[in-house]
Amino acid sequence: MDILYQLVQNTYVSMTVLLVVALGGLLAERSGVTNIALEGIMILGAFIGVWAIQGLEVFPYSPLTKIVIMIVSLSFSAVLAWGLSLFTKRLFKKETYDIFKKTLTRKRAMFFISIIITVVLATLFFVWLVNTKVHIQLILIMGMMIGGLVGGLYAMIHAHASIYMKANQIISATALNLFAPAFAIFTARFIQQGQQVPFRSTFLIQEVPILSQIPILGNLLFTRVYLSFFIGLALLVIISIILFKTKFGLRLRACGENPHAADSLGINIYRLRFIAVTLSGVFAGMGGVIFVVTTSTEFNVTVAGFGFLAIAVLIFGNWRPSRIVLAALFFGFMRTIGSSYSIIPFLRDLGLPREFYNMIPYIATIVILAFFSKNSRAPKALGQVYDQGKR
Amino acid sequence: MVRTKKILSGFYNTIKPSLIAVAFGLLAGLIIMLIFNPGEAFQALFTLLIGGFNGGLTGIGNMLYQAAPIILTGLAVAFAFKTGLFNIGASGQMMMGAYVAIHIGVRMELPGGLHWIVAMILGMLAGGIWGLIPGLLKAISNVNEVIVSIMMNYIAGHWLIYLIRTNVFNGSYSRSLNILPSAQLPMLTSIFPGSTANIGILIAIGVAIIAHIIVHKTTLGYQLRASGFSMDGSKYAGMNTKANIITAMTISGLFAGLAGALAYLVVGKTIGTAFNIFPEGFDGISVALLGLGEPLGALFAGLFLSNIRMGGFYMQIYGFVPQIIDMIIAVIIYITAVSIALQAALRIYGDRFKAWFKNRKLKEDV
Repeated sequence: MDILYQLVQNTYVSMTVLLVVALGGLLAERSGVTNIALEGIMILGAFIGVWAIQGLEVFPYSPLTKIVIMIVSLSFSAVLAWGLSLFTKRLFKKETYDIFKKTLTRKRAMFFISIIITVVLATLFFVWLVNTKVHIQLILIMGMMIGGLVGGLYAMIHAHASIYMKANQIISATALNLFAPAFAIFTARFIQQGQQVPFRSTFLIQEVPILSQIPILGNLLFTRVYLSFFIGLALLVIISIILFKTKFGLRLRACGENPHAADSLGINIYRLRFIAVTLSGVFAGMGGVIFVVTTSTEFNVTVAGFGFLAIAVLIFGNWRPSRIVLAALFFGFMRTIGSSYSIIPFLRDLGLPREFYNMIPYIATIVILAFFSKNSRAPKALGQVYDQGKR
Repeated sequence: MVRTKKILSGFYNTIKPSLIAVAFGLLAGLIIMLIFNPGEAFQALFTLLIGGFNGGLTGIGNMLYQAAPIILTGLAVAFAFKTGLFNIGASGQMMMGAYVAIHIGVRMELPGGLHWIVAMILGMLAGGIWGLIPGLLKAISNVNEVIVSIMMNYIAGHWLIYLIRTNVFNGSYSRSLNILPSAQLPMLTSIFPGSTANIGILIAIGVAIIAHIIVHKTTLGYQLRASGFSMDGSKYAGMNTKANIITAMTISGLFAGLAGALAYLVVGKTIGTAFNIFPEGFDGISVALLGLGEPLGALFAGLFLSNIRMGGFYMQIYGFVPQIIDMIIAVIIYITAVSIALQAALRIYGDRFKAWFKNRKLKEDV
């Protein structure tokens, strides 16, 4: 039984990364843009994110770390204020804003209020964070946010090329994949001695208080896990709701299936795709940080092909969040078997060479894709450059 | 005379996007170098551009030796591109080719002139088989060839370690055994003394020309290109698109396998047993994109890439990490990708500038 629990806990590690990155890929592909740059985005996100984590570990923060904290608090409060404004939009009637009518439109009033809230919140967060030694799990969250931010910015390069400049999506993504590791090695070697970026803390949660006492579930879900696992599950729920229950999600899916029809109904295809690809970059960047933090003790310019594996998960998951989580679980399990076969008595006794177990996840991917690709339902406009002038 | 001028201007128009992209890439590299080490940036860029010529004839020889596999993987990617396929698995195919070549080179004993030919051809076939698998899966069950070939890279990486450890293992250095001297490709040391230059580069040039002929002058090439333009259209015209996909991937794999054989049929060149996916396959993507997906373009792009890689090696005396080459190449590829929009923008701004200039002149005249 202990072996089983251990296997499951190990499975969650790879599964979380694959899930988060595949969800990002899902957003981009559902909007009609292939994003094989996920690997490169992960590397860059992990590089900067882990660097931020390294800085946050030393308490009297260096000026650079303070800037990082400022960026994190600013972006967090911006997201919060934006969410709040969406919420208040529904809460108040239009008439409420008539007070402003003479000087400001409703939209502008909203904008100014959001900015004020952002600045106030950001200042509060900043003052609080700078003067305290932040909790270890908060460091992880902040690192993930930095990784996500960097990933989003980096993905914008791909988005700009493939959406506005009508470039081949695979070529521009390849350029991103090539640039990220080179940039990481170059910068790291210039600033410090080696190319590795180590960090000291362990982010593993041994036992979640109270919840780990539940008989079987407690062992399966709440012992020896990373916080990122729960974040990944939360993102899964959020993405499912956004894709299938909101106006934005409906438009996004329409954009990937039939952009011309969507355009004729007044949707700005270019902007929507740009947002989707940027979000996919945010997810990939976060996934990169999660990968490094949960599988290693240093960033060493690789994410072991998880960006590409995530795309395989996405295809295997048939572009649906509910299936993607199962696919990620399956791949995570295969990887776990490949890496820790020696603790499974049955596999250890087979006496196959180590390399065969390492090959298992990849062979399984190919075999499964061969069986499932025939009736896969890819978004119809996937990979095609959208041109308004075309029929 | 008019005709040559026409051909030349056509040629210029074809390579214009590449030239613009290279210029932008070098500019980006210069900016990065200026940020990190402003004092020696210009010297470093100069060293980079000169590349293999820094080392005299030896440097040129080494540059040519390195160019051969890159050109061939570039050809592999470019050939698949012509059929609308993206062969990101050139690395895996190359690894298989390299292993088989080394295996034949170590374990078989054949007369001198024959040995390297057999090793080379069998290595090539191994690469072809490795490329056939994604092609088959794509044709039969419509699996995305990008994903399959990436997975095939990883499988090749792990399997290679196993094969080397069981068949041609040199335990004391934990790497593969040296090939027999008879399996070595004929060297060109008489022309390039002290270098590893061999006839690989000549083979690569020959293959590039053959690929050009296949793509542009034969029925097969026509069919492949038609499939690349429109799968449905070529199917409607009565072509067997599935067979075309399989053929294209196999030929692509053959090229990549040959690249592996050429790179490793040199005495003293061995494969280690640490997990490593050959970077030449990814260089092949750069080369193919830089060469605009044309076989002959890949030839020149491969020479260019190999040259500035050597430049990166010589540039280290100024304290620059050779990874800057990858950054420059990434920028070049990105600019190539957006070159259509970029050229349009340049034209518009150029026209505006001309108009503005004209107007100003007119005003001055008045």
